[in-house]
Amino acid sequence: MAPLPPKKKAKSEENVPSAEALIKYYRDMLLIRRFEEKAGQMYGMGLIGGFCHLYIGQEAVVVGMQSTITPDDAVITSYRDHGHMLACGMEPGGVMAELTGRIGGYSKGKGGSMHMFSKEKNFYGGHGIVGAQVPLGTGIAFASKYRGKTNVSLTYMGDGAVNQGQVYESFNMAQLWKLPVIFIIENNKYGMGTSIERASSTTDFYHRGAAHGIPGEAVDGMNVLSVRAAGLRAVEHARTKGPYILEMQTYRYRGHSMSDPAKYRQKEEVDKMRSQHDPIESHAKFLLEGGFADEAALKAIDREVKDISSKAAEFAQNSPEPPVSELFTDVLIETN
Amino acid sequence: MSERNLTYREALSEGLVQAMERDDSIFVTGIAVDYSSGIFGTTSEALRRFGPKRVFDAPAMENALAGIAIGAAAMGKRPVVVHPRADFAFLAMDQLVNLAAKWKYMFAGRAGSLPLVVRAVIGRGWGQGATHSQSLQSIFAHFPGIAVVMPASPGDAKGLTAAALAADHPTVILEYRTLYESTGPVAEDYYREEIGRARTVRIGKDVTIVAASQLVLEAIAAAKTLADMGIDAEIVDPRSIRPLDESAILASVRKTGRLIVADTSWSLCGFASEIAALAAERAFAQLRAPVRRITLPDCPAPVSYKLEEAFYPGAADIVNAAASFFGMAEGKETASNKLVGEFKGPY
Repeated sequence: MAPLPPKKKAKSEENVPSAEALIKYYRDMLLIRRFEEKAGQMYGMGLIGGFCHLYIGQEAVVVGMQSTITPDDAVITSYRDHGHMLACGMEPGGVMAELTGRIGGYSKGKGGSMHMFSKEKNFYGGHGIVGAQVPLGTGIAFASKYRGKTNVSLTYMGDGAVNQGQVYESFNMAQLWKLPVIFIIENNKYGMGTSIERASSTTDFYHRGAAHGIPGEAVDGMNVLSVRAAGLRAVEHARTKGPYILEMQTYRYRGHSMSDPAKYRQKEEVDKMRSQHDPIESHAKFLLEGGFADEAALKAIDREVKDISSKAAEFAQNSPEPPVSELFTDVLIETN
Repeated sequence: MSERNLTYREALSEGLVQAMERDDSIFVTGIAVDYSSGIFGTTSEALRRFGPKRVFDAPAMENALAGIAIGAAAMGKRPVVVHPRADFAFLAMDQLVNLAAKWKYMFAGRAGSLPLVVRAVIGRGWGQGATHSQSLQSIFAHFPGIAVVMPASPGDAKGLTAAALAADHPTVILEYRTLYESTGPVAEDYYREEIGRARTVRIGKDVTIVAASQLVLEAIAAAKTLADMGIDAEIVDPRSIRPLDESAILASVRKTGRLIVADTSWSLCGFASEIAALAAERAFAQLRAPVRRITLPDCPAPVSYKLEEAFYPGAADIVNAAASFFGMAEGKETASNKLVGEFKGPY
């Protein structure tokens, strides 16, 4: 990954995170990692069927961004959504139970891995259709501005979504109306099995708003503090001036979904990212070398998040299957 | 012509490859068409034989891709656009409905033919859920100017693919994902099945079952159970939703006087309702019982395994409907096809 030019610091950036906050980023990233590993195991055991898109490798993106917003700001994303939900503070058990299609899941087993929602946590969904959440995120920002608020909408998409027409229709209106939306492109290098070079005429996705005058920057998405710094700049801009694009240069270690063996890339490529750029390992190193935490503290955090993931899995396995009557609840027009 | 047993996916592949051999204007694109999984293996052989110039991946950009394909088709190419999930074809609907379907009519033929083929995968599979399993036949077929076919057997998969690739109009081919591993006799040589001609899959005298796509297999299973009960079912596979072989359906209904329609989608404004209306309008005098529709329950597709089991209709529903015509008790167990359990992705 090429080194990125230094950026002008946002005012809020001068507030260096406390040791407590730095440790929290580690914990939040590790929780996502352990949860996703557990979900992968559950899929392998046949407890989860169909879709299961793991976020492993990309944890710094969502944790870094979440550290830049308040609980009143909104988050919306695509189908690789488990990490975003955990970062928003949604219950791990409710997420895992949705993966297993049980009544205790956030969507009572009707939505599955790609479709969960929590108004309480201002999480506006995982969405299954590639790119479809981008206009929605723009609309969330529209509502914020319309109500005279400055709450931002963190609108995530993958590199596989950036060639959809509705993304550019959204860019245009977001800038025309100066909406408080941050378009976060999680560039993990592959849309399903298609590398960005095979799908996109230009791969500097942070430039994709240039035609609309939307500023953008590329960010080391494998470093939670780089993400946070860029996020603070973007949030400050979005609250007062309008949309902003962040291209998070990241990597997914697993396949597109659990049924994807990822044969389209070399094992060395994955190994290199894991060994040299892992967001959790590198942040652990930062914490240890900076004297923010010791080995024992980090181990205790690992035990804690492993325990949370195991309990989530237990809850998801023990939660009952939804009764057949659930088929007909929550349909717009109730049938009798 | 010698025949051998092929899977549905092998038959689709063979139909595509043989058409591409005969006509070098055919190319194949869409998400993942050049992956090793090759859309359930249906595009792998075409890629091997004809290379990336004729079989190439496209990003998720369904709206413009449809337009690009229409533009290429207008210039004499024969594009095959594949949607690994039909639900993503909603994004292509504007181009397909407002442009492709009107191409010939609106320009009074001056714009020439539009030999566009859209393949889209539909149907059941644990976890596919509300946005990755929908059946779009009624929506596409609503609009004059697009042919919509739903091959149920390997033989028809090959023959209708070849026919679509020789037609001068846009054609949508809907493939039910649990059918790919089903097997049946397929002739070795190139052949075409006529688009708009139904196939009578089983001859019977007591009840007509008009079934679409995967439900043809369920109807065949149901007919065996019904035979044991003394009910002789006739199964008509329309194969093509538009154009619709009305005369074949009406002839069967007039003969048996009883009609069950089984469709992979919902009832309201759907294919099953269309067939029921056809019978009511044109075979009313011969109907001896109200028409029964076997369709999806009136809710989106759930993800939960148990709910999905309850959601999808099968052979037992057809048996029960037929039994009710003859005053027999419902609830008889009928084994559904095991194809669903064997489906292992890709997702």
